[in-house]
Amino acid sequence: MLHSYLQLTQVSIEFPTDNGPFKALDNVNLNINEKEFVSLIGHSGCGKSTVLNIVAGMHQATSGGVLLEDKEVNEPGPDRAVVFQNHSLLPWLTAYQNVELAVKQVFKHSKSKSEIHDWIMHNLELVHMTHAKDKLPAEISGGMKQRVGIARALSMEPKVLLMDEPFGALDALTRAHLQDSIMEIHASLGNTVIMITHDVDEAVLLSDRIVMMTNGPSATIGSILDIKLARPRNRLELADNPQFNHYRAEVLKFLHEKHVKIAA
Amino acid sequence: MLFKIITQSSLVKTEAAGPMSYLNQLRLPKHLGTKFIHIFVVPFIAFLIFLGIWSGSASTIETSLGQVPGPAQVWEQATTLYKEHTAEREKETKFYQRQDKRNAQKLNENPQAEIKIRPYTGKSTFIDQMLTSLYTVMTGFIIASLIAIPIGIVSGLSGTVHRAINPLIQIFKPVSPLAWLPIVTMIVSAVYVSDDPMFSKSFLNSAITVTLCCMWPTIINTAIGVSSIDSDLINVSRVLRLNWATNIYKIVLPSSVPMIFAGLRLSLGIGWMVLIAAEMLAQNPGLGKFVWDEFQNGSSNSLARIMVAVFAIGLIGFMLDRIMLMLQRKVSWDKNANIR
Repeated sequence: MLHSYLQLTQVSIEFPTDNGPFKALDNVNLNINEKEFVSLIGHSGCGKSTVLNIVAGMHQATSGGVLLEDKEVNEPGPDRAVVFQNHSLLPWLTAYQNVELAVKQVFKHSKSKSEIHDWIMHNLELVHMTHAKDKLPAEISGGMKQRVGIARALSMEPKVLLMDEPFGALDALTRAHLQDSIMEIHASLGNTVIMITHDVDEAVLLSDRIVMMTNGPSATIGSILDIKLARPRNRLELADNPQFNHYRAEVLKFLHEKHVKIAA
Repeated sequence: MLFKIITQSSLVKTEAAGPMSYLNQLRLPKHLGTKFIHIFVVPFIAFLIFLGIWSGSASTIETSLGQVPGPAQVWEQATTLYKEHTAEREKETKFYQRQDKRNAQKLNENPQAEIKIRPYTGKSTFIDQMLTSLYTVMTGFIIASLIAIPIGIVSGLSGTVHRAINPLIQIFKPVSPLAWLPIVTMIVSAVYVSDDPMFSKSFLNSAITVTLCCMWPTIINTAIGVSSIDSDLINVSRVLRLNWATNIYKIVLPSSVPMIFAGLRLSLGIGWMVLIAAEMLAQNPGLGKFVWDEFQNGSSNSLARIMVAVFAIGLIGFMLDRIMLMLQRKVSWDKNANIR
């Protein structure tokens, strides 16, 4: 039997609370292939981030588990680099130094000094940030910070790139620019990506598959939608594409008909 | 500020050369005028009012040492203290000149002669006492920082350690230096036994008392700074699998450095306040001893001289705080934070 690159098998997680254990996820099964771009979508509080955190190794599944290349995931590591929602750059380091911290940690034994420098510059180049390499995070815009955050994650050469609502805090135009950059990078590097998003257009535009999650507690995967749109994708052309709009409608229907979140 | 004015006026010069441009250069921009009033004029007027109230009320109180001195008498004593200092330094240089001459003569007569170099043992002046106090407080403060920052980091990182030591910190924090000093004195006399002591006991007693009283704010602030690190930054450290030392050095310390410095600033302030009391009792030759000696001396000038010490203590404390503020601003990575 052929194993998938990344396997989540019967993953459930319970968090202890004062009123007894709270079951956040129940029986999540997901197989992701190498170079696949998968989005997780669902209402807030449905446990999307928990899935990502389990893959990242930040949380341990109560039952079930995660296999990456047939090895069990049980702690965080640079092979599953995370792009955090609010960039999480170290505010006292410049863009270059933020990437350098990651590169030195991952490649200190396998790359020479000049190779490390070249690799940092290469990754900053990928996200078009070489011009601001000596700027502190406070001196650059939110979109630029997120670009550096992506460069830092890419620089670890992760087997899986995990993105936790990477563009959630950005305005629509900046978000579109970054989405284009991500598509460009994914096309050239072929990373395996799991991305959490709230944004239906973003999910359809970027993903090979969209994993739609039911509402918690005991959230699980409700349905998986294959996005069979040819790459490279262009947001302007797709705007009038019936196929694109069909996928969009499918996701919207799932979110707003089948799994309406009861307003608290 | 000055630089800004210069560049502005030079701009005026190049843009509009005419008879009016000279006037423009002479006149300060309006917002600078209000700023000048805020920074210098307001405090100056307040100071004048303070001097007025002081000299007015001082003349009405008669003590056993004479009238309570007003600003004029205090100023007079300040200049006297400075003159005594320069006179004493002159005596010192003359003493060494005489000694050198004598020794040279001796060697001239008999190259094998044994020469003695005796240190000058004149009384320490007000300036010497200030320097002694500064030296003592810095010693106590540095020891306190070396102890407090590591403890603060450990207690900030581990909830258990924090719960374990927090009650102790809260109990020892409010203890007055006057309560510590007898204990410190007894322990130092018992433990620090040496035929050729490097430090005098009075110095050690004062410095250690300063340490005991001023380490608490640094511990507390460091612990708060460390425990309130952004959880995302901790996750970055986990994803990168930074080891313990790298995590402290690259993530924990830089991120809590503003809070550490806030604590250090409080500590130094407390240390300086504590030192004066400690020196009075421990008889360490600093400003505290100066105040005590003048009080015991009881001459008609004593009160004025003590007031000079009060101002000196205040000014030095203010200066130390400004230096710490400068350092705090320099090391703080959050340049938008309003530190004052």
